[in-house]
Amino acid sequence: MMDFGPLWLSAQLAFVTTVILILLGAPIAWWLSQTRSRWQPVVQAIVAMPIVLPPTVLGFYLLVVLGPHGAIGGWWVRVTGDALTFSFAGLVIASCIYSLPFAVQPMQNAFESLPRKNIEAAWTLGASKLDAFLSVAVPLSTRGFVSAIVLSFAHTLGEFGVVLMVGGNIPGETRVVSIAIYDHVETLNYAAAHRLSLVLMLFAFVTLFGMFLINRRWQAR
Amino acid sequence: MSMIKLKHSVQKGNFFLEVDTEIPGQGITGVFGESGSGKTMLLRCIAGLEPSTSKVSKPVHKRRVGYVFQEPQLFAHLSVKQNIEFGRRRNPEATVSMDDVVGLLEIGDLLPRSITDLSGGEAQRVSIARVLCQSPRLILMDEPLSALDERRRNDVLPYLDRLHAESLVPIIYVSHNIDEICRLSDHLLVLDSGKVVAEGGLQDTLSRTDLPQLRGRNAGAVVEATQSRYDDEFDLTLFGFSGGELWAPGRYDSSSVRLRISASDISLSRVPAESSTILNILAATIEATTSESAATELVRLRLGDDILLARITRRSLQQLGLQVGDKVFAQIKSVTVRR
Repeated sequence: MMDFGPLWLSAQLAFVTTVILILLGAPIAWWLSQTRSRWQPVVQAIVAMPIVLPPTVLGFYLLVVLGPHGAIGGWWVRVTGDALTFSFAGLVIASCIYSLPFAVQPMQNAFESLPRKNIEAAWTLGASKLDAFLSVAVPLSTRGFVSAIVLSFAHTLGEFGVVLMVGGNIPGETRVVSIAIYDHVETLNYAAAHRLSLVLMLFAFVTLFGMFLINRRWQAR
Repeated sequence: MSMIKLKHSVQKGNFFLEVDTEIPGQGITGVFGESGSGKTMLLRCIAGLEPSTSKVSKPVHKRRVGYVFQEPQLFAHLSVKQNIEFGRRRNPEATVSMDDVVGLLEIGDLLPRSITDLSGGEAQRVSIARVLCQSPRLILMDEPLSALDERRRNDVLPYLDRLHAESLVPIIYVSHNIDEICRLSDHLLVLDSGKVVAEGGLQDTLSRTDLPQLRGRNAGAVVEATQSRYDDEFDLTLFGFSGGELWAPGRYDSSSVRLRISASDISLSRVPAESSTILNILAATIEATTSESAATELVRLRLGDDILLARITRRSLQQLGLQVGDKVFAQIKSVTVRR
């Protein structure tokens, strides 16, 4: 019998994380692509750090900050009465940080390839900076957004180390699919591990294949 | 007549732009200069795209200054019609009728099309329409024809002529092509290394012989001529102007046409030549002579109210003993007379 709970939880986590990352990542990507500030490389490096950091390192710091005595975790306890660690909300925050570069970089690349004069034309036609961003830059960067959505979703679905550190293994709350697979392997339930792993394998292939197919179509146009 | 004040100074690397002048609040002001003279920088300052020390601190989108770029810069995700409506929708005070603009630029058939199906000339016409429809107070054109090949250029030039004739909005037209400047502008600003080195009415400025920018192949004059008849046997048009009559090849649709005559297309003689191939022989008075190079002289000629420039060799000047005040005959090859 397939164990749908962890799959469903992973899907929810990936969906919420992706939505937040697109909304939050787009302005960051836009700023990174347009600014001539000397802080640009600093911010760029911070955004990219989750790519190279071991998830345990990230998870460890998040545990400290999000814990009931940490800066964010303590505030969360005062406001909501609940701990942030070992909760779904904590997982969302951790995932957002962990997958941030996978959302920001494709959008940033798309924004950088826009001709600057195209945006300037929008300004001279009476569009404010925000208006030009929303009505010209974003629609012209659809490919970057599709890549950002697919990559953040898939990457969040596959995360393991950070979740283990911050979320633990609470069924229905933090027991996502990668943790469940780990669990099944530990208890030598290979059949269950196979079923979940196969679903993830298929999902990864189909989404990436779909993304590259769409990109190729757009390129041909 | 109302004037437009241009006061901008900006430094970029070791380039300084320092402009403080006024241009007429109507018609087309041509800005001429070599590449790197600061023409584009000046336009960008006026539009607010480049930070300058100007007193105007309005953000770009509130200035209502239209900008026609070298490349049309249409928005690829919008249709032709949506592109044209882009600026208009953002200006609640837009008064220009979209139908008039579409008619003026003859782009009615293009409206439903996607911008990827447009030729270079069509795309530039759409971008001009887009700027006109936003009801700008001033239009800046930054070499709008230079990205087009000769044939495409002629797809757009007649529409710029129309725009010039309609004179809806003052236009600042930047180009390094003297022919475009002569054809389209009424007022001329010559830029060199970020400074205005000459300005004034087009004819007055063109007839100056002291400007290095207006020597060599750029030397020449324009006359406002009226069509008097068309000879269909030889496909020639006869024009009248204050200094006499001129034949020019081809047929012209408007009755008054501005004709351009380059300095190197005029030769001088003391007596009118007979049985010559040159159709245009006009009596003129020498007003001034200026040495242009070791070999050549620029001669300023007065014909009626008009001025023409002629380039002759210094040797011819000496051999004919030409002096200021002398009456001469200017010989102009008809095939070189053009608008």
